[in-house]
Amino acid sequence: MYSFKYHRPASIDEAVACHAAADDGLYLAGGQTLIPTLKQRLAAPSDLIDLSGIPELTGIDVTAERVSIGAFTRHGEVALHAGIIRALPVLAYLARQIGDTQVRNMGTLGGSVANSDPAADYPAAVVGLGATVHTSTRSIPADDYFHNLFETALAPGELITRIDFPVPLRAAYRKFPNPASRYAVVGVLIAEFTGAVRVGITGAGPCAFRGKALEQALAGRLEAAAIDGVDVPDAGFNSDMHASAEYRAHLVKVMAKRALAALLE
Amino acid sequence: MTHADSHSSHQGIGASVLRKEDLRFITGAGRYTDDISLHGHCHAVFLRSPYARARIAGIDSADARAMPGVLAVLTGHDMLADGLGDLPCGWLVKQKDGSDMVSAPHPPLAHSLVNYVGEPYALVLASSLYQARQAAEAVDTDFIELDPVVDPARARISEDIHEGVVGNLAFDWVLGDLEATEAALAGAAHVTRIDLINNRLIPNAMEPRAAVGVYDRGTGEHTLYTTSQNPHLERLVLSAFVGVAPEHKLRIVAPDVGGGFGSKIFIYPEETAVIWAARRIGRPVKWTADRSESFLADAHGRDHVTHAELGIDSEGRFVALKVDTTANLGAYLSLFGSAVPTYLYGTLLAGQYKTPNIHVEVHGVYTNTAPVDAYRGAGRPEATYVVERIVETAARELGIDPAELRRRNMIQPADFPYQTPVALKYDIGDYEASLEKALALIDYDGCPARRAAAAARGRRRGIGFSCYIEACGLAPSKLAISLGAGVGLYESGEIRVNPTGSVTVFTGTHSHGQGHETTFAQIVASRFGIDIDAVEVVHGDTGRVEFGLGTYGSRSLSVGGSALHVAAEKVIAKGKLIAAHMLDSDAPNIDFENGQFRVRASNQALSFAEVAFAAYVPANYPEDLEPGLSEKAFYDPKNFTYPAGTHIAEVEIDQETGVVSVVNFVAVDDFGEIINPMIVQGQVHGGVAQGIGQALLEQGIYDEYGQLQTGSMMDYCLPRADDLPDFIVDATLTACTHNPLGAKGCGEAGAIGSPAAIMNAVTDALGVNDISMPATSEKVWRALNR
Repeated sequence: MYSFKYHRPASIDEAVACHAAADDGLYLAGGQTLIPTLKQRLAAPSDLIDLSGIPELTGIDVTAERVSIGAFTRHGEVALHAGIIRALPVLAYLARQIGDTQVRNMGTLGGSVANSDPAADYPAAVVGLGATVHTSTRSIPADDYFHNLFETALAPGELITRIDFPVPLRAAYRKFPNPASRYAVVGVLIAEFTGAVRVGITGAGPCAFRGKALEQALAGRLEAAAIDGVDVPDAGFNSDMHASAEYRAHLVKVMAKRALAALLE
Repeated sequence: MTHADSHSSHQGIGASVLRKEDLRFITGAGRYTDDISLHGHCHAVFLRSPYARARIAGIDSADARAMPGVLAVLTGHDMLADGLGDLPCGWLVKQKDGSDMVSAPHPPLAHSLVNYVGEPYALVLASSLYQARQAAEAVDTDFIELDPVVDPARARISEDIHEGVVGNLAFDWVLGDLEATEAALAGAAHVTRIDLINNRLIPNAMEPRAAVGVYDRGTGEHTLYTTSQNPHLERLVLSAFVGVAPEHKLRIVAPDVGGGFGSKIFIYPEETAVIWAARRIGRPVKWTADRSESFLADAHGRDHVTHAELGIDSEGRFVALKVDTTANLGAYLSLFGSAVPTYLYGTLLAGQYKTPNIHVEVHGVYTNTAPVDAYRGAGRPEATYVVERIVETAARELGIDPAELRRRNMIQPADFPYQTPVALKYDIGDYEASLEKALALIDYDGCPARRAAAAARGRRRGIGFSCYIEACGLAPSKLAISLGAGVGLYESGEIRVNPTGSVTVFTGTHSHGQGHETTFAQIVASRFGIDIDAVEVVHGDTGRVEFGLGTYGSRSLSVGGSALHVAAEKVIAKGKLIAAHMLDSDAPNIDFENGQFRVRASNQALSFAEVAFAAYVPANYPEDLEPGLSEKAFYDPKNFTYPAGTHIAEVEIDQETGVVSVVNFVAVDDFGEIINPMIVQGQVHGGVAQGIGQALLEQGIYDEYGQLQTGSMMDYCLPRADDLPDFIVDATLTACTHNPLGAKGCGEAGAIGSPAAIMNAVTDALGVNDISMPATSEKVWRALNR
């Protein structure tokens, strides 16, 4: 990696100020994407702002209506948190599917959502559950958050502080992992709320998105046959050596059915 | 051998003794090349070609040389100016017209042309790794890009990569009787035809390659610590061919090495450059590959395109096999790059069968990709894949049970020794015994019911066979040399009995995961009747071990172990002379058993340790006998050994996603006599895992520009524990007839037999035959939806 200035602020304000003062600063959360990128010399930030010393970014708060998780919460903590397992088991399950033990013990919720990797798992939950992304300056609804490949609504220097996930009646997530990286080739989260169904899809497109055709088909009719009739066009889907767009489109329906079956269990 | 035998009952041959070396490996006390840091050392970073094919128009390193900590920037031209030679190919293959193969020059550092992405052409030396990396980026190299040749199938109609290598053809190699084979095919009642791709694999040993070079200005001695499977061969090549240093002034040390699978046999550019650079700048030089460099610049494996035809008579007997293969050699002929797709491939095409007519033609082509060389199995997995895929296909076409068709054609125990039509003479085997045992273990009769049960769960189930043979312990030297080998293929073993009766064993083989420190200790300890903890096995250092050819081709036990056996017999013979004198008897009257030299039919005896002590403190000692108790042997095998066996795989396919799961896997192997069943089982498990990786997960992919697309673990899929079933591993036994241990070798069998078994199971489940390895979920899904 290239040399950089290292900072470890103790508050959100200090972190944001640090970023603003840097020529080309980057926040460091769990580092599971950023550190390998630095080691391969694919990024050369002037300053690295380590978020691990900021108490405001941690903490999990569970109520009947929502689960609020500090941005610096590690995947492993979400996967094993008793309150989340009770109130929002789909999120604990999803977190358990991320990477391996080492990755889960380092990687953070905020880091994943800020990065908007097209194959990351958490974005499916943000979109599928209609979460609210709280930042150092504002609150962003899920539907406005993901913009494109590694692009989000975050302005330069804007820091994710917490994410609030509404608690649905029922929800389930199923992913088709890339056999090499274990990232999601396709991941589908289906959530049933009173009077609404939301479907969050990751892996298939440049960033996570809502499966609106699936939502319409499933509204009021939560059964596999409803999915059969949905047309999932592959236009704009990712296509690489691991999976063509056509195969990904097919997998969206397969994973949706599997998520639905799990939801109905 | 269904379960590791208890290790506590005895430690001798046949006991599953826990590995002596594991304590240091699993507690972090191993000493690998990168653990070696010498006073004043500097770090090397290699500059590598970003292009698959280009001319180097100029290298401007002035800025880099001025950077902090930078000691030197050395290029291919500097190496040329110092008189270093090219890296040789170790096996000269004759072409079908009798001419020599065309071997393009392979400079250790490219100086004029680069021919694959990742090819090193210069190195930066600096006090710290960081400084070296910084400086490497400041070197300005002017490349003129040329059109690369990437696809081996099109290599012969593409622009020539190397001057003088017409049509990029290194060799056209043939074996067998073409006329008789074609005549038999023409007269066959049925001909099965198949087109196969043997996918390119990237080895990925756990420890990447590394080197530490040091030059002693006072004595002129060069020492190279490096990740080598065969340090003496490396010393020979670097001195005799490359001219790095005279052999007696060059010491190669391969300390603990974390896996090789063949990829650390070869003499690579980087290790060569490190020892040369150490002398040139007068400081120790250290280099450790990162994983990205391993992907780019370690020799890759396999990469064949094959058409095969099998003729069968009206009774289901094979009458002829004709094979045409294009083998991708990569940009240069690596050390054994020419031998692997010829002598280690074509000679195995008889398999376990009495096919009377076989002909094979192999077109070895250059492409602008990393060199291709031996990888676990080396030629024999490719041969097994051809034979066992076409036999299974023939069984389906003829409507004959695949086990029955094999049985009908197998070489029978009474047929040994059996001369195949492709040069090899098998000494012994019982192929049907392995097949029958495997059928019982997989519950072959229960297969239809399991298939139906899977169908009821919405899954397609298939079963596939692979009755493989391999030739291990490449030999004898004289024959191999007459066929083009550049070195002998014997092995050395030396046993030094210390005055206190403990034993230090020196072997020319090298252990990089195989457990030789345990297995070889078992052989020696059991022969001398001493505790295995009293035996130390030394390997991997040309300064300590006299000579050796290293570890590859499953040769270590059958060849290296046999050398130790012979040396042990010499020790005992001398011990008898000493004991006879001390006991006032004659040597022919001395028996050596259970660690005691005993006068026959008497209670007069001396322990092994007492005799050892007398040899070094010769008070009461024969007049005409030299003191000391140290013996060595060079063992040159009379023939290859021929391990063989049957693998049967059952897979299930998720019809919605195309994901293939291996749900049942049986391996029944005949490795001859087994010294340590636990270690052998481990070898089978690892080999089968790699074979499943090849069949379902792994593929090295270059794009049309010659850029490696699978350059990291994110994209190159190695098998993991959850990709594998519980293996059922068992054995049959016919002892090798020509070595004193009766051992055949076990290191590669798992990787040789399993890919065909898996793919036969996948194609059985799918009902289509034209699906190539790796059978990824999308390929399978497309096959399901044709």
